[in-house]
Amino acid sequence: MASDEVKVIGAWASPFVMRPRIALNLKSVPYEFLQETFGAKSELLLKSNPVHKKIPVLIHADKPVCESNIIVEYVDETWSASGPSMLPSTPYDRAIARFWAAYIDEKWFPSLKSILKAEGEEEKKAVLAQVEEGNALLEKAFIDCSKGKPFFNGEHIGYLDIAFGCFLAWLRVTELAGGHKLIDEVKTPSLSKWAERFCNDPAVKPVMPETATLAEFAKKIFAKPPA
Amino acid sequence: MADEVILLDYWPSAFGMRTRIALEEKDIKFDHREQDLFNKSQILLEMNPVHKKIPVLIHNGKPVCESLIQVEYIDETWPKGNSLLPSDPYQRAQAKFWGDFIDKKVSGPTWVLWGGKGEEQEAGKKEFIEVLKTLETELGDKTYFGGETFGYVDIALIGFYCWFDAYEKFANFSIEAECPKVIAWAKRCLKRESVAKSLPDSDKITKYVPELKKRLGME
Repeated sequence: MASDEVKVIGAWASPFVMRPRIALNLKSVPYEFLQETFGAKSELLLKSNPVHKKIPVLIHADKPVCESNIIVEYVDETWSASGPSMLPSTPYDRAIARFWAAYIDEKWFPSLKSILKAEGEEEKKAVLAQVEEGNALLEKAFIDCSKGKPFFNGEHIGYLDIAFGCFLAWLRVTELAGGHKLIDEVKTPSLSKWAERFCNDPAVKPVMPETATLAEFAKKIFAKPPA
Repeated sequence: MADEVILLDYWPSAFGMRTRIALEEKDIKFDHREQDLFNKSQILLEMNPVHKKIPVLIHNGKPVCESLIQVEYIDETWPKGNSLLPSDPYQRAQAKFWGDFIDKKVSGPTWVLWGGKGEEQEAGKKEFIEVLKTLETELGDKTYFGGETFGYVDIALIGFYCWFDAYEKFANFSIEAECPKVIAWAKRCLKRESVAKSLPDSDKITKYVPELKKRLGME
């Protein structure tokens, strides 16, 4: 009989990996964290995610679930009795949460990444403008979704909080590297307060890397070879 | 009180077809509004200001965007009738995984099949066949991707089928020769009223391609 064990294959620096870990923490589900070595892929990863060969992978009772946002929904549904729902209760609000999570992955995060990779002032300015436009949209989305409550999901951290919040450490690293604030009390006051609440939550704190540690790591992986 | 359901769509869009099929599966009456994507309407820009894309589902005045999100919304809002997603969390996760795979991997290489040429098109052909073969393996000997029940993954993929003739003609290859099981699956899906109603004739798509290329400045 397969054990009910839960494993997460991932890496400490990956924001996508943070998503299932936060979800499992919110539902108080113990799990084994199997870290991949940067630059190499384990047998277990290749076996569990043969299609994409990517992290995170959740393995529950020997069955793999792939794609971070899909894993979060799976955790929410499987351990529904163990904590508040991570998605809103109405189909419409759920569709809105899913819409913004998709937007974050398809548009927002790629533009954030390109700030760190941008070469030259012109390119940097252009990508910064894109991210700021995105942040303005997300600031409004927060106000609409939260309806006066502390999180996108209302009283408790949920799917969209996790989908966006997982990038906060990388966002801070990007701000440091660029010398430019992206989420702050002036431009995005609601998001700024939400970010602090999110990062300080006991389900999030243990898995969110320290900005300094992540900045060091970023330097290594984005290091340009000597000219 | 009657539900007002409007779908902003564009007839050749495989994404728009997903939402139409879902609505038909649930027997929901809707106002199907064809959009001119080269001259976007006020309602489209208002209802999908972030992406300005179709399809947009407007239910009692409130917009839902992104086709697979719409399919899930339809399943949750009208739970009676055919279930589009499985009820078991693991099966649901598998269905969503394959929906996401189709979104990421199928539509990407397809434009180069009808609109590209030379090495780029050859590479696109190879990629497309590989993707279909992966889907074929996942389908196996099942009737539909979900087993005996037509659902989410079938809906995610079937709209591309009416483009197959165009891909084959303009990229000069046979999809059936490479992936016969996918073709057999597609023909089974087409026997369903919801699919037959929602997919345009392959002929119409193939005839439209040169015009589309011109409008997109792709000559």
